[in-house]
Amino acid sequence: MRKFTALVSIFAIGAASCGSGSSEFETLDAGSVAEAETGGVEITLVTHDSFVVTPGIFDSFTADTGISVEVLSGGDAGEVVSRAVLSAGVPEGDVMFGIDNTFLQRGLNANIFTAYESPMLDSVPDELELDDEHRVTPVDFGDVCLNTTVDGIDGKVPTSIADLTDPAFAGTFVTENPESSSPGFAFLLATIATFGEDGWEDYWTDLAAGGVTVTSGWSDAYYGEFVSGGGPKTIVTSYATSPVAEVLFADPPIDTAPTSVILDSCFRQIEFAGILAGTAHPEAAAKLIDFMLSPTFQADIPLNMFVAPANSDVELPAEFIEHGVDVPSPLTLSPEEIEENRAEWTQRWTEIVLR
Amino acid sequence: MDRNRAPLIQQSNAERSGGFSRIALGVPTLFLAVFVVWPLLAVLARSLVGAGVGDVLDQLTSSGFRSVLWFTIGQALASVALTLLVGLPIAHVLARYDIKGSTVLRALVVVPFVLPTVVVAAAFSALFNRVGIDLDRSFAAILAAHVFFNVAVVVRIVGGFWGGLDRRETEAAMVLGASPMTAFRRITLPRLAPVIAGASLVVFLFCFTSFGVILILGGPTRATLETEIHRFAVFRQEFDSAAILALVQLITVVALSAGAARFQRRQSLASRGRVRTAKLPLNSAARRTYVSLVAVVAIVVVVAPMAALVEQSLRVGDGFGLSHYANLLERGPLLPVAPITALGRSVMFAVVAAAIAAAVGLLGASAIARGGRGGRLLEIGALVPLGVSAVTLGFGYLVGFAALDFRSSIWIVPIAHAVIGLPFVLAATVPAFRSIDSRLHEAAASLGADPATIRRRVDWPLVRTPLLTGAGFAAAVSIGEFGATSFLARGRSSFTAPMAVFRLLSQPGQLLRGQALALSVVIGLTVALLALVLERRRRDSVSLL
Repeated sequence: MRKFTALVSIFAIGAASCGSGSSEFETLDAGSVAEAETGGVEITLVTHDSFVVTPGIFDSFTADTGISVEVLSGGDAGEVVSRAVLSAGVPEGDVMFGIDNTFLQRGLNANIFTAYESPMLDSVPDELELDDEHRVTPVDFGDVCLNTTVDGIDGKVPTSIADLTDPAFAGTFVTENPESSSPGFAFLLATIATFGEDGWEDYWTDLAAGGVTVTSGWSDAYYGEFVSGGGPKTIVTSYATSPVAEVLFADPPIDTAPTSVILDSCFRQIEFAGILAGTAHPEAAAKLIDFMLSPTFQADIPLNMFVAPANSDVELPAEFIEHGVDVPSPLTLSPEEIEENRAEWTQRWTEIVLR
Repeated sequence: MDRNRAPLIQQSNAERSGGFSRIALGVPTLFLAVFVVWPLLAVLARSLVGAGVGDVLDQLTSSGFRSVLWFTIGQALASVALTLLVGLPIAHVLARYDIKGSTVLRALVVVPFVLPTVVVAAAFSALFNRVGIDLDRSFAAILAAHVFFNVAVVVRIVGGFWGGLDRRETEAAMVLGASPMTAFRRITLPRLAPVIAGASLVVFLFCFTSFGVILILGGPTRATLETEIHRFAVFRQEFDSAAILALVQLITVVALSAGAARFQRRQSLASRGRVRTAKLPLNSAARRTYVSLVAVVAIVVVVAPMAALVEQSLRVGDGFGLSHYANLLERGPLLPVAPITALGRSVMFAVVAAAIAAAVGLLGASAIARGGRGGRLLEIGALVPLGVSAVTLGFGYLVGFAALDFRSSIWIVPIAHAVIGLPFVLAATVPAFRSIDSRLHEAAASLGADPATIRRRVDWPLVRTPLLTGAGFAAAVSIGEFGATSFLARGRSSFTAPMAVFRLLSQPGQLLRGQALALSVVIGLTVALLALVLERRRRDSVSLL
């Protein structure tokens, strides 16, 4: 009997949190945040496994505001969003970092954020702000791009996303399954953004005919199949910053990267932070959002996470400027469009490429 | 027969030690109820809200679902068969023959068990490519990896029991004219059957819920219930579909565990205690050939991939060196702490997890061996964590403990690991409890021993060795665990060594790769060392008998 009561109460909680599926959300006023007394408050930042900061990075924040920060990380970007959606209303922490533009709409639909317009947004380019209601704040961005060896095949190096269907490059490309890998999904979106709703399926049909290798994740593609990881393939779906890492982490040391980026294949990923609805400390959470856009935090991002700071006043480290590339016009699709079509696109992709 | 007589005696024992048997049953039951049943119910209920019966039926009758289900079961069954084929002879040789280095081999065999899948996959590809076999993304690659990972379960659990079997009955049969094969079939095999069944079930559940191996070595065209649950829950966030698959997984696991438990109960034969029997010398050509053959198989399956891994971790620049190992001492890029700190944390978690699993498991095993409805339920329930997906359990903790701070407590990691390690403790100790001859209890009781004394003087010496084996496994499971850990939100202080390997392999660069391989080797060495220490304890405890 007791078990039964417990079960009923779970169902009740579940039903209650699912029932509130309206688009209402709370908004936090920037003025009240600035005035709020936050000394001694402890808040929790929930994020993914790839979140790395220099130890002690929050010390100056704690000294200025009296707020101490605990970081809870677990899972990849998709898992972080799943966790937040499953625990909507009773969040694991106060601020979430790591939801990107490919998952953004899902988080917004599930109503997991409290809106807050940070004064620090003045330093952030408009094109990074995807939510007009400021339920999320852009913190960093990066690009998923095709990488190729600078030597190419018989001296021939692909320079465009369209080159991959050239018979000269048949069987040289490894990419990741869009249903299990974030870069794999981003590259699928890149082809949809490039060739349009009518053209992307033909492109993949041609690629599949020439022979494309698909792995489940990035490590498996880069370290298992790509030349610089010891495999046979010369084109791989990776990041715009991968050539930088190739130089920084080379062994023996090298001066120039053995790989380059195919610029017209780059799909932009923007990572956001948001105040989790239901937090007991919304003002302190808002102050942490401000801090994450401050030069102190933003300058710490590139060499720890290999993405670029959203704050345009913050300069990239010299290594990034020397070995990295500037992606002039990255590909993009709106979060609404991605959310609406995700299942259908990946389903079609699976039929074309894997069957 | 004994079987008909046993319950009466057990009942009288139970009456005499009522308080203890209530604790023995109650503590593990409560543990499982709080840390397994409750979170699973919570997340399934939460996910299935709003799903209609029609949706469920549609999903369960689709052809895609059926092929996933059959592939999941088929690959697991094939993996179990192959693991037994490879593992049983190794278990036999290590248990029965007097060979040099058997202690080391017994310790080494546990190492694959804890190696990160990403790294093993790379070692496998490298190894097979070198001999000209392209195993990438094939069914054969999945099976090979499953054998590599799980052979330890068979070798250690079955082998440990085998070594303690009284060989006098076999010898008597052979004196009376039975061939070695007949003696094995009629005397040894029936006594080993319950423990083989237990080990097989553990291997099956491991393969049934295998994730990394399927994704990496099987490639994107192969899907199991586990990978589909992950896809629905994480990528698509269609929690209802994920929950339906999780339910199917759960029901399969419960049905199988119930079947195996029944089989084990029926087959358990009381023996007159475990004795230290002399190892057989290698004094004939036939014996030497057999042992060499088994040794070659063990080396090819277990040692060769590890050797490939070690060789790769020593490649520095254009030559060889130890710098990747030296780099483990400092916090480099991409990691929140130094790899060596993460390893220390893993070891600490492993010790706590193994202690919890051993304590709960010891109580549970005595309750299970005593029988009764509670014991039977416990036996089945304890296997559930091995057979449900890491996503389900991880999200279960998130939803089930939402009202408590516990979901982000540092204790959540060792407790989750203890939950997964518990089945190993039970697989090793339940057959030992069952094989205790009730006449030993009667004799002790008639000499005036109270129940507590009987437990201490009769039961404990007989279950101590299997308990060490089981606890060692629980520790190994904890050190190597990645799946469930990655689903629990953790602070910097709970960053474990397998997470560090995973993180290091998330950016290009040979320095990172070298460090990841070196750390994997160190994880393996740590476990081998742990196994060696336990091995020594094991010998001591046997010699005390």
